[in-house]
Order: sequence, then C-alpha cells, then structure tokens
Amino acid sequence: MAPKKKTIRTIPQDRTPMPEQDPQVRATNFAEVACGYTLEDALREAERCLFCPDEPCIRGCPVGIDIPEFILKITEKNFHGAYDTITDTNLLPAICGRVCPQETQCEGVCVVGETLEPVAIGRLERFVGDMAIAEEWESIPYIEPSGRRVAIVGSGPAGMACAADLAKAGCEVTVYEVFHEPGGVLKYGIPDFRLPNEVIDAEIEKLEQLGITFECNTLVGRLFTVEQLLTEMRYDAVFIGTGAGYPSFMGIPGESLAGVLSANELLTRCNLMHAREFPSYDTPLQPGRRVAVIGAGNTAMDAMRVCLRLGAETVYCVYRRTKVEAPARAEEVHHAEEEGIEFYWLTTPVEILGDGENNVRGLRCQRMELGEPDESGRRRPVPVPGDEFEIDVDMVVYAIGTNANPILGQTSSLRLNGRGYIVADDELATSIAGVWAGGDIVTGAATVIEAMGAGRKAAAAMKAYLGLRDSDVVYLPERAGSEGKRFGIDLAEHNYARVSVG
Amino acid sequence: MATHASATGQFEIVRREDFSDVTYLLEISHPLMAKAAKPGQFVIVMEHEHGERIPLTLADFDPDRGTVTLVVQAVGKTTKEMQRRCQEGAHLHALVGPMGIPSHIGHARKVVCVGGGLGVAPVYPQARAYKENGAYVIGVIGFRSRELMFWEDKFRAVCDEFIVCTDDGSMGIKGLVTAGIEEAITHHSDIDELVAIGPPIMMKFCAETTRPHGIKTVVSMNPVMVDGTGMCGGCRIRVGDQVKFACVDGPDFDGHAVDFDDLMARLRRFRASEADALERWQESCRVRAEEELAEARAPAIGTRPAADL
Repeated sequence: MAPKKKTIRTIPQDRTPMPEQDPQVRATNFAEVACGYTLEDALREAERCLFCPDEPCIRGCPVGIDIPEFILKITEKNFHGAYDTITDTNLLPAICGRVCPQETQCEGVCVVGETLEPVAIGRLERFVGDMAIAEEWESIPYIEPSGRRVAIVGSGPAGMACAADLAKAGCEVTVYEVFHEPGGVLKYGIPDFRLPNEVIDAEIEKLEQLGITFECNTLVGRLFTVEQLLTEMRYDAVFIGTGAGYPSFMGIPGESLAGVLSANELLTRCNLMHAREFPSYDTPLQPGRRVAVIGAGNTAMDAMRVCLRLGAETVYCVYRRTKVEAPARAEEVHHAEEEGIEFYWLTTPVEILGDGENNVRGLRCQRMELGEPDESGRRRPVPVPGDEFEIDVDMVVYAIGTNANPILGQTSSLRLNGRGYIVADDELATSIAGVWAGGDIVTGAATVIEAMGAGRKAAAAMKAYLGLRDSDVVYLPERAGSEGKRFGIDLAEHNYARVSVG
Repeated sequence: MATHASATGQFEIVRREDFSDVTYLLEISHPLMAKAAKPGQFVIVMEHEHGERIPLTLADFDPDRGTVTLVVQAVGKTTKEMQRRCQEGAHLHALVGPMGIPSHIGHARKVVCVGGGLGVAPVYPQARAYKENGAYVIGVIGFRSRELMFWEDKFRAVCDEFIVCTDDGSMGIKGLVTAGIEEAITHHSDIDELVAIGPPIMMKFCAETTRPHGIKTVVSMNPVMVDGTGMCGGCRIRVGDQVKFACVDGPDFDGHAVDFDDLMARLRRFRASEADALERWQESCRVRAEEELAEARAPAIGTRPAADL
C-alpha cells in the first residue's frame, strides 16, 4: 500500500503541534482556538502514519473511515482524493475533525501511539475538510432515485449522518428542525471558538447538494405527529434524532434567582441567538462578572470558556469529583486551564445565595472526598463533615447533564424507558414499525460522533427495511462469483423491480 | 441559505388589525399549524434575522382559512418593532408551533374564562372550546377602559354570560377582573372550573379569589423562553414543590399550586437589557425620523455633496 516501508524509527517522532491562539488573547475573542494545520504541517504529520497492515484506526472510528487511505493520499498531495475517501463514509469531515474525541477512538488505538504520540488523525481530517470548504469541492456520488421517501426528525449530528447515508442510497430525504436554522447541538451548543458556524453551514450545504431538504421551524409531535409522517404524509420510514435536551438542576435553594441558568440556555443565547452581539442582535444575556459553572463535562467547559469571552473576570468550575473523573475531554480541560478557569474539585454546591434583590451573590459549597466505588466504577464522592465554604459569584450555570425531552413521548405511541428515553433495539428500530431512533434521545447525553454513528447504523437498517442496496458496499464485479447471481444479475445489486403493496 | 423562511416567503401576514395604539392583531398564513393548533397552545415568533424568539399564546386559528392569529401588546423593543414592521404582506422570519400541551377541555358543565391585558385574546379559543363541549361559559374580560375593548362580539358569541371589567368604570364593572369573578361566583354556586390568562399578578389574584371556594383554577404560563421545546430551561417555574418547564410541561398549570412570586421575580431577569434595547431602538427610530424629515425638507436640487457629483 505505502510506497516504501516505514518503521517507527523512520517517521517524524513528534506529533505536529496544532497552531493555537495564545490563551490570553483567545480568552477575549470567539475566533477558533485551534487554527488548523498548514499544508506543511499536514504533510509532515501524514508522514507519521506507518500504514500498518492491521489498520486498528478504522475499527476505532465509529463511522469506519478508511483512515490510512486518506492519509496516504495526503502524502501523495492528492488532497481531493483524500476528501473523496473520507466522504465515502463521512460527509462532515470539517465538523468531525474538530469535535470527535479521537483520543478514545481512532487515535486511541493507533499503532504509532504504542511508542510515540499517535498520528493526529483528527487534525488531518479537519485539514482535508477545511480545504474542501475553501476550494468548494463537491463529492457528489451518482445517485439513482429509489422512489423512497424518508423523514428525519432533528437536524443535529445523528439526523445529519442518517440523512446523508439515505440520500446517497437514493432516498428523498427531508430533515425537520424546530429551530430557525439547521445544525442542532452543533449550532446552539458548541461555541464558535471550537466549531465555527460557517463550518457547520458549509457542511450542511454539502448535504443539500445531495438533495436533502431541511425544513426548519417545524416541531414534530405538535405540528404533526410521528405517526402522521408515516400515514398522511406518506413517508416510507422515519428516523428520530431529537437529542436529549431538558437540562437538569439540583433542586437546591436559590435556583430561581436571576443569574442562575442552564448551560444550554447560556450557550443557545450566545451561539445560536448571537447574544454576545447584543444589542445588534435582540437576544440578551446577563453578563456574569464572577461565574460558577457546576459540572465538568464538555458542556461545562464550553460554558466556562464562553463566560470568559463574554467578559467575566473570574470563572470557577465546581465539580464533586476530581480532575481524573471529569467527563470532559482532557484537551478541553487543558484549554480551560490555560485560559485561567479556576477549578474547585471535590466540591458540591448546597445553596445559591441571594443579595435580597433577587440577584446571585454567592454559592455555598460542601467539600467532598472520594469514598467507595459506585455502580459506574468511579469512586463515589461523599461530604466531608463540617467542611462548608462560600464562593463569591454573581452567576451560576448548571452543566450537570440533561434528561430526555418529553415531546415525542407526549405525542406518539413510541415506547419509552423508565427515564423517558426512546426504546430502540440493536438495529435502532423503535416500537413503531418504520420508525428508527438514535443519538442522545436513545442513549442519553453522549458525543457528536456517537450520535453520528447511531444515525449511520439506523440508516443501514432503514436501507435494509426499504429494500435498498447498502451503498456503503462498493460493487466490485470481480469479487462477485457466479454463485451469487440470478438471471445474470449480481445479488449484491438487489437490482430487481420493487412492488409496493398497499 | 434556502432554509431562511423569509426568503422562501413563508409566514405571510395576511391581515392586521389595530385595537389600540398598543394592541394589534396579526393573522398569519400557516395552513399546517392552523390545522394542528388547539386551545392553550403557543407559538414562538422571530420577526427578523437578528430578532429574539418570543413566545405568544395563540389567540385564534382557522383551519379553513389556513391561518393562525396572534394578538400582541407593544411593550418592549421586539413587540414595538413588530408593531411598526408587521404590516399586511410582510413575512415573519420564523414562526414555530403549536407548542405546549393543549388545554384540557374536560366535561366541566360551568366554566369561567378570565382574560386580562395580553391574556384577553388567548382565552377566547378556550371559551369557544368549552362552549363547543356543551359547557355554560361565563366570560370575564378586563380592560383599562372602554376604548381598549376588542372582540366583544366574538366573546358574546361563545359566552352564555359576558362580564366586562374596566379600571375606570367606562364599561361594565368598575374594577379588576377579580370583581367580575366575585360576581360570577355570587350568582353561580356550581362553577366547576376557572381558566385565567393574563399578567402573572392578575392570575395570582384570580387564583386567590377562587381558592376559598375550592374552584379548580387553571392558569396559562408564558415566561421568558428561548427554544420552547424543553431545551433551555429558562421557562422553569415552581408548581407546588416541583420545578416544571412551562414550554413542555405546560403552559397550563394548577393556579393554586403555582408560585407566582417566584414567577414574577424570574420575569425580571432581563429587565436591564430589555430597557437598554428599547431605549436604543427608540433613539435609532428618532434619529431616523429626523433624518427623513431633514431629507424631506431639503431642496430637491443641489443637495448632494460635491464628492458625489
């Protein structure tokens, strides 16, 4: 495969660093923190791939991108070819290259990583994706209409990935979105300094080029039901990727005070509604001078860094366990530390203190220590008796997770589990025939790429249900023996006339 | 992008009616929503691309005409700007709904429907639905004064009794809607249910009026929200000892359990920004008006600066 045999000793030893904005500067602007590889950076980093025969990275990727192949094409300076290889399986490289937790996926299993730092696969993917946007490359496969119509509920990562696969299989795909712009959590949740809105719009445009229609301002469940999609609206199949939503609060005193809000509200006001450009945009967002963000997941890190950029003097992270247990990506915690976020590990809020005029003046906290492991295997935090203290803050942001969004449960006969999430089988089929679901609304809060993986998995099952050839399997006549033929047509092609009954 | 509503000509305002210098009606074309809407539900409107998403309770919907109707009070920057810009033929940037759980129109035999301020119009679909369900409907509607009155004929058509309360006594009972409720209770000992829609303080006192009589009281919550789908939690309210999201758990709640003081405190969250936005907008309107005036007064020829020639 590779032009010459490379060994761990002959490749560049150090991982090519990502050019980044200086922490002091970037904490005051919303421009991207990671500036992206230059051409030289990308070529150098691509040389670090050993093109090992085992290819564990492909298995480590939730959507199974042919990683060695696209890296090889980078080394050959065939960037358009690299883009085509990626888009065979993933139409959203500029997004995934930025937000995937590669350290636990492709890069986590990279052979180079056993000795040195793993190949920076995510950065290379982003490099190719960004180049495709800048050069306006299109990678539109020949699509033969299948005559099948599919509705997708939610235009976030799960819906986008599912829509892309079904559109490539020839389905007429409509994606319904409740907000006035498509993108879901990528748009309202992830801030511009991690994933610029222009990148999302550019990749959504590529989906539109595949023939996918985005219908915004549409609340499925209330404007029409999931059942109506299959009956009156005559869709052949439906995928639900509505995400979790419904943020959790702790139920401690003081949560009604002005200046207490969910990370979802903070991020939506800032990212989607442009509150940071108030009054040019009408949506307000009370600026916090001293902010406490409760939680230590990726959303918490985003919320803290947004507060800094909105002008907060001090931003605290309050988390009941330690840095080791923090659910955020290590890179995000590192970025937050660099930008000057102050961390209160082993700390739980017990009361939000008011100033008598309905504003927040402080947060009373309880010191914790780690006890016995709980059911998740992590050591359970337990209070240190008598160790309480106050932090002086004027804004408190909750980023402690979300519960299932209730709307589809209220409006359809979909079977839900005890916590309100949609019940789906191994192939992501729900209790209604013809309806699949995936992403956070099935699993609870997870990552963008896991949602994309679920969208693709559901798409594969939906294609089988609709009697469509799996477009992921490239048809190679030389591999098809006469065994698999009927009337001279390869069975893999499923190339028979389809009759719809009823 | 093709997804921009205004570009595709969606959400056209087909009719506008001004009830007073602050209250105006917008009838908007949206056939699917007109078919799906039920009493008690709300929509979220975004007038322009830089606008806020504001929740408004549906005042009417007509599946035959394919329209939904909103009655808006111009109180803040967004609603005042809408008053200026939302003329017939204009398009809203975004309109999403119907949202929220529809009101439960049960089999109550005698119902009081109370509307005050911005709640007058939204209580109409409820009164109509109860009437259609065979209930005896007593409408209690409050205005500051007679000139602000609207929809009297519509209410009279669906109410068996119709009580108007005005602050200045220029029509009906002089006093607040609670005076009208007291009167209804005095004449009818068998009221099953009361529905109140209006400013929080009004709903609070409606609930206090019915509490001693043990009359089931339903109030409609319309707090600040962003998405309207349960995602931001901005609209959370206290009901009994629980926290509920008005957008997906409501908007209707038991008026005797809602913590109105908490609600009113939370409504003041953005007061400073709101005042700031309104002031800036009014200033920009004033400047623009002056410029237009200056332009109109200027002589027709020779006004261009030399650089332009």
